Amino acid sequence: MVATSYTASPCGAVAFPSGSRIIAGIKAAGVREIIALPDIVTSDGLLWPISRDPGFRLTRVCKEDEGVSICAAMSYNGTRAVLMMQQTGLMDSLNAIRAIGVDYGLPVVMIVGLQGKEPHLTPEDSAAYGVRIVRPILNAMQLSHSLIEEPEDVGHIPQAIAAAYAASRPHIFLIGRAPEAS
Amino acid sequence: MTLRRDDALKALIPFVGDDDIVVAVYQSCFDWLALNPRDLNYVAVGAMGQASSHALGLALANPGRRVLVFDGDGSLLMNLGSMVTIANAGVTNLYHFLFANRVYEVNGAHPLPGADVVNFAAFARAAGYAHAVSFNDLDRLRGGLPDMLKEAGPQMAVLEIVPGDAYPRDYNYIHGAAARQSFRAALNRR
Repeated sequence: MVATSYTASPCGAVAFPSGSRIIAGIKAAGVREIIALPDIVTSDGLLWPISRDPGFRLTRVCKEDEGVSICAAMSYNGTRAVLMMQQTGLMDSLNAIRAIGVDYGLPVVMIVGLQGKEPHLTPEDSAAYGVRIVRPILNAMQLSHSLIEEPEDVGHIPQAIAAAYAASRPHIFLIGRAPEAS
Repeated sequence: MTLRRDDALKALIPFVGDDDIVVAVYQSCFDWLALNPRDLNYVAVGAMGQASSHALGLALANPGRRVLVFDGDGSLLMNLGSMVTIANAGVTNLYHFLFANRVYEVNGAHPLPGADVVNFAAFARAAGYAHAVSFNDLDRLRGGLPDMLKEAGPQMAVLEIVPGDAYPRDYNYIHGAAARQSFRAALNRR
């Protein structure tokens, strides 16, 4: 049983996803390799716990597109990995994702924090231009993606990762609310 | 003293074992494919600058193999942080050969920014590589390779090269599915 907490927002209470359940979902998919740049949305709930978890090997990168290549190269012998970053890094990595993930058809699974998104709004309704454009760009690139912001959104993580590796294509989890460190 | 690229690649051939992975880019890749075709040549790096990062992924996921990356200087300038990432990752099976011609050879031979002053071996040492050395002479390269490849990585050898015999640029092959499939099959064969 996982407790769900609620936080007041301008439009009422919103619930936040559990970081530990997201981590459990990543592990359930057979992922032991995490490649990451810090992102304030996922820092406390995901990256710090992952950095202390002996069940993962964390490789810290200097720039996000390094991680696209690392994850893709790991996949050749079946090693599963997850790349963590902020949406700014995602935008900066689009050419690598295009070439390596799409043109080459390689599985690169990303967890992307939507920094600046208001918890009670959809990404497209955000006041932040850099948030509003994310899903339209991913749709234009025909990239598989899913949004995690409600507690119940985390349940699809193992299946989405497995599907990305089965189809040998990228998948991007967009984190719309900061996961709780619980 | 000059070091021709094709001579440098030929000097490397005896030191590349059957189980080693070679990640190569641009003209060094095309020349290497002609001089030493093998299934464990990894040619699909996708975007300029990414060879060292692919090499790190391969090195992490395949600790029982050596990974040799034949990088370009213009490419590495696009991904200098990867040297810090590589050193920090603690891989000991990565050997970084930098073919430094100081120009963007396949894009019109325009000079690199800082072409006359950039010290790549110093970059590698400052990033935390175990060792870095430069070669501009074939005899010194031949003499230095055995010791370099005996030592734990990450190591860098900067090869200050001039073009030699250039082999055809088959972009369709390096970006095609067949090259990736043959690499994957060879990697998982043993």
